[in-house]
Amino acid sequence: MTRQIKAVSLISGGLDSLLATRVVMGQGVHVEGINFFTGFCVEGHTHAIRKKDRAKPKRNNALWVAEQLGIKLHIIDVIEEYKDVLINPKHGYGANMNPCHDCKTFMVSKALEWIEKNDFDFIITGEVVGQRPMSQRKDTMPVIARESGAGERLLRPLCAQHLPETLPEQKGWVKREQLHDFHGRSRKPQMALAKEYGFEDYAQPAGGCCFLTDANYSKKLVDLWDARGNREYEMDDIMLLKVGRHIRPAQNFKLIIAREEGEVNFMQGYRNRFISMKTTSHSGPLVLVDGQPSEQDLQLAARITARYSKGKEASEVELEVCRPVEDAVQMKVKPLPVSEMPEAWFV
Amino acid sequence: MAHFELDASGLLCPMPVIRTQDRVEELDSGDTLEVVCSDPGALNDVSAWCRINGHKLIDARQEDEQVIIKLQVLR
Repeated sequence: MTRQIKAVSLISGGLDSLLATRVVMGQGVHVEGINFFTGFCVEGHTHAIRKKDRAKPKRNNALWVAEQLGIKLHIIDVIEEYKDVLINPKHGYGANMNPCHDCKTFMVSKALEWIEKNDFDFIITGEVVGQRPMSQRKDTMPVIARESGAGERLLRPLCAQHLPETLPEQKGWVKREQLHDFHGRSRKPQMALAKEYGFEDYAQPAGGCCFLTDANYSKKLVDLWDARGNREYEMDDIMLLKVGRHIRPAQNFKLIIAREEGEVNFMQGYRNRFISMKTTSHSGPLVLVDGQPSEQDLQLAARITARYSKGKEASEVELEVCRPVEDAVQMKVKPLPVSEMPEAWFV
Repeated sequence: MAHFELDASGLLCPMPVIRTQDRVEELDSGDTLEVVCSDPGALNDVSAWCRINGHKLIDARQEDEQVIIKLQVLR
């Protein structure tokens, strides 16, 4: 009896991995999906936090893609292991703090571990030659295959005809002529193939699916590292960079100011670990104070908090200041005028 | 067959899905698992995970701020 050939496909939730998987499934290969959660994935968290986003239809696109394809999906938590990829990228960063080349290598190497453990034969990705400036160039794609250790067991069905033959092609598990020759940034070939397969509803992320490609997010991450003097981070750190207005008056502390109700609700969960402030004489946002502020720093933080309340023009605003596991303390301050808030404070 | 519970409240998606997946891995076919989450996205996500991985979705509902999903492990 012939052994069923099995492949695992890296499913991001976007169109390319959907199509790449479907192409190989069409050749009789058993395919299961794998999705890696680094902590920097855009969807899900942001939708859950921000109230204005809650009205949008909410789904995890990787799960949705797997359901469309009728395949299993394994979601793997790589938050801890990913730290080294982000902190020490061998191939550097892209336009922001996105280590795309090393990230792809890391994910393929994790997929390789997975196929070896689960007795699968090869790995599929939805990469297209020339589509992305860092990880999807013709010269970097062989490097990813080599450095991940996957080598010829890495198949890119959407652009395979531009690349050397891989093991699945050599072994006849898939027919090279039924793979594709997509290249460049145009999405037209993918859209045409999606139409051919009958996929009409698919995710089209405008700015990628990773916060690290976002300039504002990257700026906040670098600010956090600079202020701490090291590049360590925890999941809560990277979550809090996704919410609020960040104001850093000094290296030893910053304020995270909620911008809307959803963020207030989310930040409430951090009041037992951060100093928090809230105006009581006027309505105003919840504010978390991150770092090691002195009493004088807290006075300044309170004045900034008052500035973002409805009492910003008042001569005096009352606040409640809560330290974790301590009773709340009342303060009265004069709101800080905008003219006394240098541009450099705004992260 | 035994019944188990998993508290995934306070976690944002996809962490409730990952915790569910990891817990199910340890259970036997026929066991049931009730997952409690606070992220409303878990209602869709844990349910979808359950369907695509071939487990039986017994119940999925939102009660106030909680999402409760009950599934039966099938292998």
